[in-house]
Amino acid sequence: MDYFAQQLINGLVLGSIYGLIAIGYTMVYGIVGMINFAHGDIFMIGGFIALITFLILISLGLTAIPVILLVVLLVSMAITALYGWTIERIAYRPLRHSFRLAPMLSAIGMSFVLTNYSQVAQGARVKPIPPFITGGYTLHESPDGFVIQLSNIQIMVVITTIVLLVIFNWLVSRTRLGRDMRACEQDQTMAALLGVDVDRTISMTFVIGAALAAVAGLMYLLYYGLVDFFMGFVAGIKAFTAAVLGGIGSLPGAMLGGLAIGLIETFWSAYFSVEYKDVAAFSILIVVLIFMPTGLLGRPEVEKV
Amino acid sequence: MNGDKILTVDRLTMRFGGIVAVQDLSFDAERKKITALIGPNGAGKTTVFNCITGFYKPSAGAIRLAHDDGRVIALERLNDFRIAKQAKVARTFQNIRLFPGMTALENLMVAQHNALMRASGFTLLGLVGAPGYRDAEKRAIDLATDWLRRVNLLDRADDAAGNFAYGDQRRLEIARAMCTEPALLCLDEPAAGLNARESAALSELLLSIRNELGTSILLIEHDMSVVMEISDHIVVMDHGVKIAEGTPREVRDDPKVIAAYLGADEEEAVAVMESGT
Amino acid sequence: MTAPSTNTAKPATGILALLKTAFINALVALVLFSLMVGIRTEAGSSGQLTYWTRFGELASLVAIVFGGSIVIELLRQWIGPTGAEKLVPPALQSGMSLIGRYLTPALLIFTLLVPVIFYDQRYILDLAILVLTYVMLGWGLNVVVGLAGLLDLGYVAFYAVGAYSYGLLATNFGWSFWICLPLAGILAAFWGVLLGFPVLRLRGDYLAIVTLAFGEIIRLVIINWQELTGGPNGVSGIPRPTFFGIPLDNSDEGFAARLGIEYSPTHRIVFLFYLILALALLTNWVTIRLRRLPIGRAWEALREDEVACRALGINTTTTKLTAFATGAMFGGFAGAFFATRQGFISPESFTFQESALVLAIVVLGGMGSQLGVALAALAMIGGFELFRGLETYRMLVFGMAMVLIMIWRPRGLIGHRAPTVFLTKAQAISSDLVKEGHG
Repeated sequence: MDYFAQQLINGLVLGSIYGLIAIGYTMVYGIVGMINFAHGDIFMIGGFIALITFLILISLGLTAIPVILLVVLLVSMAITALYGWTIERIAYRPLRHSFRLAPMLSAIGMSFVLTNYSQVAQGARVKPIPPFITGGYTLHESPDGFVIQLSNIQIMVVITTIVLLVIFNWLVSRTRLGRDMRACEQDQTMAALLGVDVDRTISMTFVIGAALAAVAGLMYLLYYGLVDFFMGFVAGIKAFTAAVLGGIGSLPGAMLGGLAIGLIETFWSAYFSVEYKDVAAFSILIVVLIFMPTGLLGRPEVEKV
Repeated sequence: MNGDKILTVDRLTMRFGGIVAVQDLSFDAERKKITALIGPNGAGKTTVFNCITGFYKPSAGAIRLAHDDGRVIALERLNDFRIAKQAKVARTFQNIRLFPGMTALENLMVAQHNALMRASGFTLLGLVGAPGYRDAEKRAIDLATDWLRRVNLLDRADDAAGNFAYGDQRRLEIARAMCTEPALLCLDEPAAGLNARESAALSELLLSIRNELGTSILLIEHDMSVVMEISDHIVVMDHGVKIAEGTPREVRDDPKVIAAYLGADEEEAVAVMESGT
Repeated sequence: MTAPSTNTAKPATGILALLKTAFINALVALVLFSLMVGIRTEAGSSGQLTYWTRFGELASLVAIVFGGSIVIELLRQWIGPTGAEKLVPPALQSGMSLIGRYLTPALLIFTLLVPVIFYDQRYILDLAILVLTYVMLGWGLNVVVGLAGLLDLGYVAFYAVGAYSYGLLATNFGWSFWICLPLAGILAAFWGVLLGFPVLRLRGDYLAIVTLAFGEIIRLVIINWQELTGGPNGVSGIPRPTFFGIPLDNSDEGFAARLGIEYSPTHRIVFLFYLILALALLTNWVTIRLRRLPIGRAWEALREDEVACRALGINTTTTKLTAFATGAMFGGFAGAFFATRQGFISPESFTFQESALVLAIVVLGGMGSQLGVALAALAMIGGFELFRGLETYRMLVFGMAMVLIMIWRPRGLIGHRAPTVFLTKAQAISSDLVKEGHG
């Protein structure tokens, strides 16, 4: 039981990270109707930028951890968002009204560019950082010596995710930008006729998605203590799985799907085999798509004849 | 009315979530006759069509198709392609669905897929170039050529269907449906978007299909001049239920029909009344 | 990082606007590259992370972006707003099909003569074999993506199934290549059906992502099922192909000894070359035949409009399955060839990048065009080879090329479609009309 509770905590933390990435997939899919294959790599870039900012701040002699975290968060969000904006501008916008395969291949190409750019610029080796946020709470100690731990970093990941979701939800449901985004999702032509700047709205979608992915990258860095250039691929596929599981186009669905994938992966590793945890995640994607193609919270697709 | 019915729709009901699109609809279509299904926008005509042709599964009710040889097929139990393949019901679409990147001839060849598949020994005989398949293909081309001639598109056989003018696309789609050699041909607004001359040519084509080939036709149509001219029997729907049926003359004079059209769309009501004078 | 082209701008303000655009682009580049390029991190010997600055590289990159945007903008004004179309004039485009008529036999004759011309150049022969392997994979995937319009991002899975089928059957049971080759194809087709059956009713992007997941599952299973596959160490000692039972080696029973000629390792290379050429041509021949049969027409009709296919009584599920299985079978053949050529296979050869490369070949070739796919394979693999010396930059350049090619020619090199049957004359159908499929 204690083991189960510990895995539940671990799974929820991992799921929060997946959920943050999944939101980027689901937003772009909702508005532009394409799978942004490069999004996993945006997450990886976010992790790298966070790492480099950390190093600089520490070598500058800063010691106040909350200040460091805040600066790192803002810098990595800002620069990664600019990556998202640039990629949309270069690789996707010229192909927006082109035939369907073109943006997908362009996105795959962009994903290769980012992965290898990062490898060329920062080397192929794994980059570890020493643990910044240590300590935690012992929730329960069973007689046989097993301890349920809730570390401070886990608390931080979950709290940051919740705060971001609240801000994000406000952005989508209460602001002009959010309204424009929802309008573009329904009908781009009509939205443009009604005075919505479609180009700008799509750009902002990529910017927001990339900023959230950057936060996920920072969380990943803090939680696992390392980044490498190849981490975007698998994390990206899993986050996309989460978006589909939750119902693609649905924002709460993306978060729910992220949590589900995080839990499944953690429990699979804990009770079955670590080697096959990715196989489990991918199999679930296939099973979900076959039996529940609209996901948990997605709208059913009505076939028009 | 004699007893020779090809299609019997019995208490058909179709619900989408909480919305009832068609309720307890019953009507028959006679063999070798043209039956029209009319009604104002949103009356549920296309829904009925999609139930008959297997694109929707009815919530309740029965749709029976009686073949010449006495076989009776329950259409509501077959799904999508089996209705065309086994029950021999062909259809066209309100928004034309040709294969735009294929030539007119290729479109008509695809329509003969099932016959050609058998002839090609499910590809294996065809792959080695068996003579039996070559003959079958030649016959298929002949049938397609015949239909291209009938719809007056023979000189454009090798042009891509996507390049055709609207009216030509409509006729090609009907030719394609006829190449499946159907027992019942279902046409969803075949005259939509056609000018007066093209509408007249369409009426002629449909009458020749009925008279020369004896194919039964069920059509949805807004163009009253076409409906009144060629239909043997008309079923009028409004808000998912049948409000009248009969010969063109009976329907035209039915006050319930006029009221339904007046209530829905003035222009169409005028069209109904004018077509009577 | 190019701003929307300002065609209406007058030349006078043009230069200022140009500089402004270039300046903004350079600024964006500065922010993008500041940390990723300007700072280099590396784990030190004690595991401690250190960093050093590279402001020189950063400055030159930013300068390149500044200069590059000026050049691109000038070129754009020079050529006009629709640069790509003008670069390839319509006359040349329509002439392409004419050239194509003579290009195909010319290419074929040249290919047949490659081992004669380049007999002493082992490197070129090896490269030619590699190119032909990708031509074959491209033609195989073309059945699925180009004809049936089903987006498959996990094609490499069938390549892997074929390679491991031969590798394991040959090393464990000693079966010969010529028995294993058809088996590899059949097994790959079987896996294609197994995957296809549940997933083929999915549409478009969903199908793409499921096939991607399937490709990854196959690779992960190969890595982890160590007892069977050897895991990451792969399968080694896979028998080389024999000339229909006669080994191509230096022994007394060998090919050279029997013919009474001096042994040379090139014999085997030449044999492998003709083997893959024959396999590729078989793929091509079967595909061309199938296109003119009802099943091939149904594939293309499916790509054009699935709903209409159902209304015509075509069983869309089995039609999709046959396309999937046919493509998978060719992938399996290619995989068996790969295994016998390398003598060693490991999961590293079957990554998502391979799937993406083959898909890029098909799309660049112009979906559905056999000649286009062959030319695209030559261009892609040849281009890839040019960057062999710069190992780490290779994938970077490949990714950039994919993006640029899609922007330049989203419909591929040869976008025209040739009709499969005609009454009077076959005329090419413009790519604007041909649909790309929905699932």
